[in-house]
Amino acid sequence: MPKDVAVIGVGQSSFVRNYEGSIRELAFEAFREAIKDAGITPADINASIICSAPEYDKQRSPSGLIAEYLGLNPQPTFAIETVCSSSTTGIRVGYSLIKAGLHDIVLVLGFQKMSEISSADSQERMGRGADIMWESPFGTMMPAYYAMHARAHFNKYGSTEHDLALIRIKAAKYGQLNDKAVYRKGLELDQVLNAEPVASPLKRFDCCANADGSSCVILASAAKAKEISKKPVWVMGLGAATASLTMTGRDALDGLDSARLAAKEAYAMAGVGPADIDVAEVHDCFTIAELMAYENLGFAEPGKGVELIRAGETYLEGKIPVNVDGGLLSKGHPIGATGGSQVRTVVLQLRGEAGSMQVADPEIGLVHNIGGVGIYGNVIIFGR
Amino acid sequence: MGFENFGQISFAAQTKVSDFVDFLKNGELRGTKCQECGRIFFPPRADCSWCPESSMEWVKIEGAGNLVSFTRVHYGPTGFENDTPYTLALADFNGVKVFGRITKELSEEQTKIGMALKAAAVTLPGGQLTYELIPA
Repeated sequence: MPKDVAVIGVGQSSFVRNYEGSIRELAFEAFREAIKDAGITPADINASIICSAPEYDKQRSPSGLIAEYLGLNPQPTFAIETVCSSSTTGIRVGYSLIKAGLHDIVLVLGFQKMSEISSADSQERMGRGADIMWESPFGTMMPAYYAMHARAHFNKYGSTEHDLALIRIKAAKYGQLNDKAVYRKGLELDQVLNAEPVASPLKRFDCCANADGSSCVILASAAKAKEISKKPVWVMGLGAATASLTMTGRDALDGLDSARLAAKEAYAMAGVGPADIDVAEVHDCFTIAELMAYENLGFAEPGKGVELIRAGETYLEGKIPVNVDGGLLSKGHPIGATGGSQVRTVVLQLRGEAGSMQVADPEIGLVHNIGGVGIYGNVIIFGR
Repeated sequence: MGFENFGQISFAAQTKVSDFVDFLKNGELRGTKCQECGRIFFPPRADCSWCPESSMEWVKIEGAGNLVSFTRVHYGPTGFENDTPYTLALADFNGVKVFGRITKELSEEQTKIGMALKAAAVTLPGGQLTYELIPA
């Protein structure tokens, strides 16, 4: 198991509907927490990687501004973007910088103030998340693409809207325990199943909430981590892959190839398999995304993911606890901040610091973070 | 015709495959075929990344395809709000996939994965050109 790069600090802002501050102040919330968690000062950071989806930013080139505000001049800073998976891509780049010997400590800061632009502007940008030449002219939105995956999964494997509702109920249960989640209410099966349709078969509660938020992950070389950290969590395996953005380039819609490939690569690098994972954070931007993740990560055979949720095996006390912090569905999904937030949850779990969400003594954790509808797939495996 | 004439809302005006719109105007859905390797592309591409070469010819997407998946959209993005509900779909024409809308004349209950569909050129009110999938 590789122990070359460690996470030595994590932080996250509360995820909220309308953050009452600027993007620099939002970024600072996660930064402050991570710096204190790591027990270092801004001067100890050798480089910063700033992750956001730029279509929501009014500030041009926010990396420079945020590095300045966080006290990270004159160290190098730059932006990394893969929409919803931006901050785990940032971690991949940070890992490489440390492994290459360029830097000892790298900070990865993800943020998104989705309320920075008006709701109408946001809706307009959502429509352009697809291939703008060949798909956007038909009136496409993210829920529609995941809905087409859901329908294909239902048709091939016999999964149902009821199965998806079970995933939402689980997210709502744990969202209530997470004081940084945007959606903290419980949900009943009837509410989820009878909610208004968004893009059939997905309904209101099958979709995650937009939110403003930030996350921060501080990475360090093995030597530095051993020197300054009492509780390093090691990056054991990294996998990343891509798939056709345009739906016509996909072989099938019942899973995400980028996630399958990224998982395979991460498992191989870490020298572990799906059965070794004690706790997982998966990219549940929609309920169907979590169901596909069970299968694409190998927690279940293709088509058998429903058995995990029906048997409660992805609950905290189950065989493979998944998204026991509420997931994107309840925690909220501030695009550029999401991956770092998932990493924070897994790091806290592995340190035994997850409070009421704590899984019993986990040793190996996994993060699955997806950009767009599986355009980008990142899987990272962590160990104590 | 320019590519800005394709679709209910066009987001791109310039492309080397804008002849696509002229074919639509003549009632034809066309993709491109690489003259080097013979691969057929839909949506049409000006360049083959496999060869990689840029010598393409236009080929018709004809006959019936099978419905791969679909969704009934109830919330549209800006410019499509008043158009809902509409059905987005992916169909497979012998290995060449076509993304688009299914005709509003087909209800959600009548729409089934695997059903045979064909593509039809459509002129929208206002003169924009597009295509839709209709039962074969």
